[in-house]
Amino acid sequence: MKTLGSKLYDWVDERVKLGTLVEYMGKKYVPVNRHSIWYYFGGVSLFLFIIQVVTGILLLLYYKGGEQLAFESIQFIMSKVQFGWLIRSIHSWTANLFILTAMIHMFSVFFEKAYRKPREITWVTGMLMFFLMLGFGFSGYLLPWNELAFFATKVGTDIAGAVPVVGKPIMVFLRGGDDVTGATLSRFFGFHVAVLPGIFTVLLGIHLLLVQRQGMSEPISHEHVPATERKTMPFFPNFLLRDLLFWLVVLNLLAVLAVFFPWELGKKADPFGSAPAGIKPEWYFLFMFQTLKYIPGKILFFDGEVLGIAVFGLGGLLWLLVPFWDRKSSRGEPNRLINYFGIFIVLYILALTIVGWML
Amino acid sequence: MNSESMPTGQPDNDRRDFLKYVLGGGLLAWLAAVLYPVFAYLKPPKQAEVEVTSVKAGKVSAIEKDSGVIVRFGNKPVILVRNAAGEFRAFSATCTHLDCTVQYRKDMGLIWCACHNGRYDLNGRNVAGPPPRPLDEYRVVIQGDEVSISKKA
Repeated sequence: MKTLGSKLYDWVDERVKLGTLVEYMGKKYVPVNRHSIWYYFGGVSLFLFIIQVVTGILLLLYYKGGEQLAFESIQFIMSKVQFGWLIRSIHSWTANLFILTAMIHMFSVFFEKAYRKPREITWVTGMLMFFLMLGFGFSGYLLPWNELAFFATKVGTDIAGAVPVVGKPIMVFLRGGDDVTGATLSRFFGFHVAVLPGIFTVLLGIHLLLVQRQGMSEPISHEHVPATERKTMPFFPNFLLRDLLFWLVVLNLLAVLAVFFPWELGKKADPFGSAPAGIKPEWYFLFMFQTLKYIPGKILFFDGEVLGIAVFGLGGLLWLLVPFWDRKSSRGEPNRLINYFGIFIVLYILALTIVGWML
Repeated sequence: MNSESMPTGQPDNDRRDFLKYVLGGGLLAWLAAVLYPVFAYLKPPKQAEVEVTSVKAGKVSAIEKDSGVIVRFGNKPVILVRNAAGEFRAFSATCTHLDCTVQYRKDMGLIWCACHNGRYDLNGRNVAGPPPRPLDEYRVVIQGDEVSISKKA
């Protein structure tokens, strides 16, 4: 007597030949080494993305865009809708954890040089997704239309406007006018729920497909070990179950954070109020924010902020293109320069984030 | 059959090139016709704004000495400062650094921007922090007990 499940499987298999796919998945192995722990951070980032999609759709059911409606609709979600406070809090906390896990994933890949040939495209799609995540964070931050978000958006878009030549049109495009107004809110809403998710999903598809196709990267030092002596574990079910266990832990952590540290809504934005004392951006923008505070108005003939943007832009570009200029790693040779570069960046970000946090 | 393999294929190649240019040019024109409206759509239209030249900021007696208030000037914020001596000054409240709205700090006796710790003195000059330029000054006119602010000519 066949179960319903296997009948269904046979029905599909007869039509689309699932056999080869199942065989392929069954042969998938994950390398086991002392750096294996880092493999879990990509998976957990995927999990957090799924949570964002689900909670984001739920929030969409009650959120209203517009200067007169946005703040009030979040108030409504948090005070009137059953478990609205929970859904909104989870969405905000997940956004932060998502960026954190993606950062850990990114730095671990960087220091393992897992971006080296043949995984350049995986790195580039991952980095593009990271930039998009910052865009998600920035655009989503404005949607409650509160005081902090209003000024954060003014500053953020004004920074874009400081870029020579193309800056001004980009700023007007982002703001939907010369100033941050309800028009900006409408645009950011569109970016946040349609444009960014669309592009992100395509990149994610490529990223995951490449990981399936190429398998997990192994440390350079393991490349000399003969294939028969390398330790592995089957993806199904060994690695997947470990993945799921980690997801469960993170889900619990999220629940604790959302319940005991509910996300604040703050004060409604007032375009004719002063920026409040102690204003600062989300932690992942803090190091850039703190740097901007230290750059004087003029350095030689340049505007300080333009110089700051140029340095960060160049740094980001170097980071994005690291698989293409780090030739040594692709040849399987150790490259200390990369380590120093990475350590410098990590220390810089940590130091300025901490200073920004304290002041 | 295949004109390219023939040594005397000159006229055919000309025809092929001609078609290439016509079709390629047509494709470009088509692309432009599709993209132009899209890009034009992205650019927000200029809203008709009422040109504001002067606004009333309140009564002299209602504004304390050594204080500052933000006044709505059209769709821009303006900061009206009354110093300890009782004199009025008005400046654009938009920080010249990154567009935040400044405030009067009694304890510092300065105009201060919370976003990046920019400081201006009571003449609107950028004296510390990242602001690259002084604040634009507005003219304050006092008629009787009424304070009004207008754009400097």
